[in-house]
Amino acid sequence: MTQAEQERRFLDKIDREIKIEPNDWMPDEYRQTLIRQISQHAHSEIVGMLPEGNWITRAPNLRRKAVLLAKVQDEAGHGLYLYSATETLGADREQLMDDMHTGKAKYSSIFNYPALTWADIGTIGWLVDGAAIMNQVALCRTSYGPYARAMVKICKEESFHQRQGYESLMKLCNGAPQQKAMAQDAMNRFWWPSLMMFGPSDAESTHSDQSIKWKIKRFTNDELRQSFVDATVSQAQILGLTIPDPNLKWNEDRGHYDFSEINWEEFWQVVKGNGPCNKERIAARLKAKEEGLWVREAANAFAKKRAMKKSA
Amino acid sequence: MQDQALFEYVLRLADDSLILGQRLGEWCGHGPILEEDIALTNISLDLIGQAISLYDLAAELEGAGKNHDQLAYLRFENEYKNVLLVEQPNGDFAMTILRQFFFDAFRLPLYEALMQSPVSQLAAIAAKSVKETRYHLKHTSEWVIRMGDGTDESHERAQAAIDHLWRYTSELFYEDNKDEQLQALEQVPSLKGIQANWMETVKTVLYEATLAIPTNNWKFEGGREGRHSEHMGYILADLQYMQRAYPNMEW
Repeated sequence: MTQAEQERRFLDKIDREIKIEPNDWMPDEYRQTLIRQISQHAHSEIVGMLPEGNWITRAPNLRRKAVLLAKVQDEAGHGLYLYSATETLGADREQLMDDMHTGKAKYSSIFNYPALTWADIGTIGWLVDGAAIMNQVALCRTSYGPYARAMVKICKEESFHQRQGYESLMKLCNGAPQQKAMAQDAMNRFWWPSLMMFGPSDAESTHSDQSIKWKIKRFTNDELRQSFVDATVSQAQILGLTIPDPNLKWNEDRGHYDFSEINWEEFWQVVKGNGPCNKERIAARLKAKEEGLWVREAANAFAKKRAMKKSA
Repeated sequence: MQDQALFEYVLRLADDSLILGQRLGEWCGHGPILEEDIALTNISLDLIGQAISLYDLAAELEGAGKNHDQLAYLRFENEYKNVLLVEQPNGDFAMTILRQFFFDAFRLPLYEALMQSPVSQLAAIAAKSVKETRYHLKHTSEWVIRMGDGTDESHERAQAAIDHLWRYTSELFYEDNKDEQLQALEQVPSLKGIQANWMETVKTVLYEATLAIPTNNWKFEGGREGRHSEHMGYILADLQYMQRAYPNMEW
């Protein structure tokens, strides 16, 4: 079969909503786009464990401690399926992680913001996982089979994460004045970075067009961002929290909320490594890699020895 | 009096679980491989879950109208009765795994025996926890063997961890007159039998791992009587931070 024929068959599958599977022919650029996007998502799960993990030892009661442990454990699990999904495309987990350490591969910039108070943990669940779900629900129908299937499971868990975050904020917002103030402060710091999670505006997004055509992405960054704002406003009202945007207003004609322009200068600075915690996050991951090297070597050496014993 | 003895007994179990769970929680996001990030947080979560059930029972036995969080978060350092072993710093992965292995090898036969206790709530907690603990012991035993029989470096690190932690293991079998009272009523097992079982597990696993049992049997004890190591204050500073900074609030 000629390459043109293979490509035609590939596009035909995409058109007919038939999932692309690991052994199917696919354009090299489709493969590379998927590896980039899935690994970026996997890195986000792993780096995302750090700001939250930071609060496990300080969780205010045993139930919250258990819930936070369960959540962070889920995130490690998500990282694992996603790295496995990249392996089906021929990528290597260690290599992908190294690309993150050198800055070649990105992770979600939101995790370069610090988790300063307990209210940040609830807010991360509500806004950050909420924004992630907007993206991920759409990805449950993505064209690459293993990625779509991983997303179905991940979305179920993310939805629990968002609810626990909201429920935790509910307690704060119905609690003492200091608790409510703590929640508002977290909202003030996390609102804009959460909107930035959807990525650059459609006009600036370099990868969008082709990804939409191949049905890797099903909605544009701006469409998803708008859906998130529309869904979140009433949730904030129920909590009694103010969204830090004086221009946030329902637009009858559009049937959507209008909101201020994002500070794109901040967005690009954080992407480029100049956020409040970029260096700390990468340093923590590198330290784990270096300090864990002897453990991985031991596991490999042991496995070899046992395999030799068996074959002897 | 008997409730007081049982309260103290359950509190010891609960404090061991809480403090070890707290220590393991520090690993989150820093494990040597992703699979171990999952395993260590999973074990931590099991231990915190066990602590909740045990503090609930302790609170009931105490009869002072407290809940599990008040017991877990609002005592002074010398009122915590966990063994010194569980409060030792995580160190490297070998130290964490060996600390956990010594603990699991003690907890498993203890829970198995407590399943027979006529104190029905304690028996129920033991029955639930025994399944989790069996998995923890399997996991840590496998790592001890892998490290001992892996590379020279992993062997050395595992042996160093054993040599360091050995002094804290005798306290797992600490008994005082409260234990004797409960043993006389056949509510809890003698720790002598548990110790024999523990030693058997330790010998078997270390032998397979090509690691040596230390010959120096000098002991460090005190946790069961509320005398802790310097590490304990820092653990409590983190654990109690929110409850102390924002008293009487719900979270």
